[in-house]
Amino acid sequence: MFVPRACAKAAPRWSTSLQAKFLSTSSVRNEVSCTGGAVSSIGDKTPDQPPRPASYTHGFNRSMMVEQFSVMQTQDTFVPPPAKWGGRHTVTLLPGDGIGSEMANHVKELFRYAGAPVDFEEIDLDSTAPDVEGFEYALMSIKRNGVALKGNIETRTSFQGFQSRNVVLRNRLGLFANVVCVKNLPGIRAKQKDVDVVIIRENLEAEYSGIEHESVPGVVESLKIITREKSMRIAKFAFEWATKYNRKKVTAIHKANIMKMSDGLFLECCRITSKEYPDIQFDQMIIDNCSMQMVNKPSQFDLMVMPNLYGDVLSNIACGVIGGPGLVSGTNLGYRYAVFETGARNTGKSIVGQNIANPCAFIRASVDLLNYLKLEHQAHVIEDAVMKTLIEDKVWTPDLGGQATTTDVMQNIVKYVKANA
Amino acid sequence: MAVSRLGIFARNSIYPPSSLLQCLSPSSQQRSISIATQLCVPVQAPVAKPERRYPVTLIPGDGVGPELMHQVRRVFDSCGVPVDFEELYLSEVGYSRSNSLEEVSDSIKKNGICLKGALTSGSEGQEGELATLNTKLRRKIDSFASCALVKSMEGLKTRHTNIDFVIIRETTEGEYSAIEYETVPGIVECLKIVTRVNSTRIAKFAFDYAVRNNRKKVTAIHKANIMKLSDGLFLECCTQVSELYPRIKFSNMIIDNACMQLVNNPNQFDVMVMPNLYGNIIDNLAAGLVGGAGVVPGESYSHDAVIFEPGARHSYAEAVGKNIANPTGMLLTACNMLRHLNLDYHATIIEEAIIKVIKAGKVRTKDLGGHAKTTDFTTAVIKSITF
Repeated sequence: MFVPRACAKAAPRWSTSLQAKFLSTSSVRNEVSCTGGAVSSIGDKTPDQPPRPASYTHGFNRSMMVEQFSVMQTQDTFVPPPAKWGGRHTVTLLPGDGIGSEMANHVKELFRYAGAPVDFEEIDLDSTAPDVEGFEYALMSIKRNGVALKGNIETRTSFQGFQSRNVVLRNRLGLFANVVCVKNLPGIRAKQKDVDVVIIRENLEAEYSGIEHESVPGVVESLKIITREKSMRIAKFAFEWATKYNRKKVTAIHKANIMKMSDGLFLECCRITSKEYPDIQFDQMIIDNCSMQMVNKPSQFDLMVMPNLYGDVLSNIACGVIGGPGLVSGTNLGYRYAVFETGARNTGKSIVGQNIANPCAFIRASVDLLNYLKLEHQAHVIEDAVMKTLIEDKVWTPDLGGQATTTDVMQNIVKYVKANA
Repeated sequence: MAVSRLGIFARNSIYPPSSLLQCLSPSSQQRSISIATQLCVPVQAPVAKPERRYPVTLIPGDGVGPELMHQVRRVFDSCGVPVDFEELYLSEVGYSRSNSLEEVSDSIKKNGICLKGALTSGSEGQEGELATLNTKLRRKIDSFASCALVKSMEGLKTRHTNIDFVIIRETTEGEYSAIEYETVPGIVECLKIVTRVNSTRIAKFAFDYAVRNNRKKVTAIHKANIMKLSDGLFLECCTQVSELYPRIKFSNMIIDNACMQLVNNPNQFDVMVMPNLYGNIIDNLAAGLVGGAGVVPGESYSHDAVIFEPGARHSYAEAVGKNIANPTGMLLTACNMLRHLNLDYHATIIEEAIIKVIKAGKVRTKDLGGHAKTTDFTTAVIKSITF
């Protein structure tokens, strides 16, 4: 019988032939690597390695984040305990715009079938007006509950002086790391095979600092801010991640040849941190080359760490390479709060109400959430159901080349969840 | 009115009647999201009936506890509730037969959920020990919040109607810290301990409870005008936490006034949060308002585990073996337990049956002015269950 849990482990049985092919080309792959220096060994996954957990937020739960990263937080005000009472969690649910509310309903349904001890505090935001009160309430709610599941909130670019709420939310909650794990799913048509990349993105500063001004009419300055403190923190986070999940290589992505000081500082911080982790190979690559490599030979990457804008671009490229925005989930982690959302933060406005949106990305985000709350049983049940639906039953929505509606996918998932809950 | 507003028992009533794209998927349309007003209409479709079974620790307690637990089992058996009880006897008065505290607390920690009858605590402690078994169990599993769900039921003769509030009580410290000593012969000191950590925690719990259960107002009960430091700290923590909840009204009231208001105009309250001793008194006062200790469900929370127990804890030892105790409170408690396990379907059908029986008023136990036996009441409930 097929065991979908295995699909994300180091040596999955579905890909023995692929793996063989993959290993045979590994020497070629290393020559292509832009640095040309140290020879990568990430392709040679020896079977005696402990398997990589399928659910990747497994080890990065709340207590671990507070333990490892709270020292870096400078100001620490009054913090009441998170909303976990009698084993039941209250989680903020921000459906966001576009298909968000549909997806949120599906997740709620699944959680009920899986018996997940989670109560949602649902907060609807009005994206058509700068609803400051509502947004502040949502922020407050996340601070109270500690955890949120979030659809993407649309930012209307024409409205000046109004920062993207997604950015404000990340800044205010100190969600310094965005993690997107991109991996091929067997059977799903993808542009490239053997993709297995973790993209870790600095979430708080650099290009998204939101400091822009027009100094002279016709001349606009946008400040890109890179600080040593935050760069060190994200570098440490990346290497910790690599240690925990047996990633062999960390690649820092930058543009230090042009932006010598800012990206130079980022690269330097990564390099300094890498000295503390001698078992993990450190590498660096320039963003433009990296984008090409990502499309061309994504299998050379293992774990990538980068500043804000590059991360935004690369995670979307990576999602596209393995089959679109409907498959990949993303995690925003801070030392105290965590917000879970889809990997390629799209609102999917064009397919609202057509019942064809792929719910898998949002559901996988909810699986990450369950793992973060240490509700591993329910997480496994839901993740297994999604994988069986996608890989075994091939119930696919049109974005994956299938004919199924969202409802069909959900019914198939619910079938498995009911059987295993 | 009381029947249609059954929100007090609806743990999952935070789900709003979402109008958002419900029409899209037929499955989500059928799955009636449990909102307060829907609880009393017949259940349309299984909300969630997971096929796994749930282990639950069962402490029958003293007095009529074992009899009431038997009624719970009968009702559960009659509608196939997927719960397996892990029964452990714990008692202070029958301590030679009692399981050890460690065994019981390990079981509760493992299962995360427990159904418990009332334990008798004698005024004379054993070997001069001050802490009762209840207190020790609470400390062991850090069960810090006790809720009593006070709600009028149609069919019971009470002075006030439409009462619907929750009493949340801190149970780890305050006056019940069990630190008492005689400094000089004839002078006894009892320490009341109030800490910022625990007060913040209980306040946060109360507000989160209000959020989860769609309640609008939290009232802190205290005596800070006299005990300026201890109750002052409690009140300060409640105020501080209330700032995080701008959509929930916060007020405070002094305990003596609160008692009068409760007897006089109990409808003004929604969620009440208070330190240990006040909570104990008000629990009982409020139980009297809605029909006595036999009809009020309750629960005790720690971060990881819940103990479901009657709201007003009386073991009713004088009725042992007489088959006259009222099982309503224990059955409602058991329903709340099922909701906590996401077994809404079973919880709802049992709860509807209880309400139907009480409203009809044909089968009433002695405390409600009837002559029916405990088992008669349960039988009536079982017969009223509609699947």
